[in-house]
Amino acid sequence: MFDALLPLTETQREIQRLARDFAREHIAPFAAEWDRDQHFEPSLVGKMGELGFLGMLLPETYDGLGLDASSYLLALEEIAAADASAAVMMSVHNSLPTQMLLNWGSDAQKERYLKPMARGEMLGAFALSEPDAGSDAAGLRCQAVRDGDHWVLNGTKAWITSGTYDKLVVLVMARTDSPDARRGSKGISAFVVTPDMPGFGVGKKENKLGLRASPTVQLVFDNLRVPAENLLGQEGQGFAYAMQSLDHGRLGIAAQSIGIGRAALEAARDYADQRRQFGQPIRSFQAIQFKLADMATRLAAARATLHATAAAKERGERVTQYSSICKLFASETAMFVADEAVQIFGGYGYVKEYPVEKYLRDAKVTEIYEGTSEIQRVVIARELYV
Amino acid sequence: MSSDLATARPPLTLLSEEEIMFRDAVTALAEGEVRPRVQAMEAAGKVDPALTRQFFEMGLMGIELPESLGGAGGTAMMIVLAVEELSKVDASAAIQVDVQNTLVEYPLATYGTDAQRQRWLTRLTSNTVGAYALSEPGSGSDAFGLTTKATKVDGGWRLSGAKAWITNGAEAEIFVVFATTDPALGYKGITAFVVEKGTEGFAIGRKEDKLGIRASSTTALHFDNAFVPDENLLGEVGKGYKIAIDTLNVGRIGIGAQMIGVAGGALAAATAYLKERKQFGRALAEFQGIQFQVAQAATELEAARLMVYNAARLKDAGQDIAREGAMAKLYSSQVAERVTSVCVELFGGYGYTKEYPVEKFYRDAKIGTIYEGTSNMQLQTIAKAVLR
Repeated sequence: MFDALLPLTETQREIQRLARDFAREHIAPFAAEWDRDQHFEPSLVGKMGELGFLGMLLPETYDGLGLDASSYLLALEEIAAADASAAVMMSVHNSLPTQMLLNWGSDAQKERYLKPMARGEMLGAFALSEPDAGSDAAGLRCQAVRDGDHWVLNGTKAWITSGTYDKLVVLVMARTDSPDARRGSKGISAFVVTPDMPGFGVGKKENKLGLRASPTVQLVFDNLRVPAENLLGQEGQGFAYAMQSLDHGRLGIAAQSIGIGRAALEAARDYADQRRQFGQPIRSFQAIQFKLADMATRLAAARATLHATAAAKERGERVTQYSSICKLFASETAMFVADEAVQIFGGYGYVKEYPVEKYLRDAKVTEIYEGTSEIQRVVIARELYV
Repeated sequence: MSSDLATARPPLTLLSEEEIMFRDAVTALAEGEVRPRVQAMEAAGKVDPALTRQFFEMGLMGIELPESLGGAGGTAMMIVLAVEELSKVDASAAIQVDVQNTLVEYPLATYGTDAQRQRWLTRLTSNTVGAYALSEPGSGSDAFGLTTKATKVDGGWRLSGAKAWITNGAEAEIFVVFATTDPALGYKGITAFVVEKGTEGFAIGRKEDKLGIRASSTTALHFDNAFVPDENLLGEVGKGYKIAIDTLNVGRIGIGAQMIGVAGGALAAATAYLKERKQFGRALAEFQGIQFQVAQAATELEAARLMVYNAARLKDAGQDIAREGAMAKLYSSQVAERVTSVCVELFGGYGYTKEYPVEKFYRDAKIGTIYEGTSNMQLQTIAKAVLR
């Protein structure tokens, strides 16, 4: 659906097909069960790694596929259409921790972490938010103090996607300024952290409305000892790195939203064809046709904007504003489309026998994470004056 | 214009002394008895029977019925107040009360004979839950495409077929059931019956696993040649469609009340959170981007409330409420969905977790645009009235 708008290259079509086939075989049949049981399927990481889905944006020198942003976003959309939980794992990994390591990591860090991450032997996570620092991310309080050839971290990080996985590489933002000389966002540095470091703890797991097969946890650092060589890039630059990476992350969330929306539209389209009321398929009613038309229109616009932004990014343009535009519009579109899909299904849309109530639950988070819609609007408005 | 016209009719939201006392009693019950049970009932997928008993004791299970039938002698407006107050805390508890009053007792009181009223309403007001059975797996919006068949036999009728989406189905013992005596007659073959639990050939089916109102049971019903005696025929043969429509018109006011309650509950939770949660060194409530969203939500909720209250007061005044009931239900369910969705977002990540109440309000709100006629069906009713 909607591919005619994108001048896809043969490689891009190939990647899209590969992702679609993979998702249909290895994800879609299990999505409802994983959702019900809040089950994160660890074997997915390895399988995705083998296909190269966890190193799509990394150059071949680091065992990646060296693909363009559009190819990656197309693949992500396919995974999200099968299960938004699998997609968020893929999105966070590809757009946040691996990009941070690629852009600002040392050669040794890339060798040690980036290569296995590209192969799916390690999974990336991103730790910026804290219980009291959400939209106000720069207000974070997790403290890092230098102690010889280590940094010692204390604090609690919140909303960590994939946080229960054992072979994890977490990019942690922590304060390296001293409590009596705070430097705001300039006092924040990024660290490469793994669960085997002493003092690393996994805290409570969130019981969520949707995205239930994706574990979201708190990470608790109790005198966590991080080797000094695991500081990423320059001291005091961690917040800037994180913000730049989120530009990328937001495109991933937009692709995820479009995947959820497309799945909802396809389900509604098929249901409206099969369900008969008043002696005819309900798709023969204008009220249903107009809903389907609005759903398709918004999705097509969201998808075109996303891939136009991805192309601009490939050309080296600054896309901070467009990333937020993509994320804001795509997430609100996903909600609109999933909601209308439930409506078209009627009572059947409200029960777990059909997939659409899950689409609605999953869609809602796209308006919240990697910056709420409010934060996207703040960014978009601010960028009008840049 | 005479000024006493203005003073003779109080504003819709200005409650009488009696209404205030009644509402406050329901609020106390909702806060004291419902709220502590919400999470457990949600997890168990069941309204606590002890709570149902309290609904009976308080007179909430027969608000509009006369005292001679065990009712509270109240009004449609009081049903709205009760359902709204309960829904601010738990939409599942509220729908049990709502369905009892609007979908079960109303048609029995309106279309039943004196003997039928005595027989069933006295039980329904004191200790027995009822249910309303119109939809079927293949007939939802097209309700009169139902296929449950009633065949005349000596001394009664034999019912065969399946019903779907029956609210309170797991708890109910008295069912208002619609069946067709002759499918060839279309809607003119539809006839209403009262079927009691325990009737041979009548079985309660499986419970639906739902997105929201999870403590409220939604079941299927199966009729396999179930015998229903002549005295259980409600109204006339072939007039069931009128009973069904009239009842749903009344029911929609109740759903409207449920929806303004759900939205009100979510908004109350959100406003408390916004004053507490600090980001960028200030309470979220101090940001204009937040304030205006709350203002918009509160305004829409107020408009929805006015529509629901007006429909209830029209009914109490003996007016036709088909149009106003449909409008109230359409609008209030849309508002509830929008308001609860905004509230989830205002809570940020916390709104997405089960630790805070707003994700449940959001899931519960979504049923409002679906049951007792989807939004499309309300639009159809309204369009008919407007384009007449």
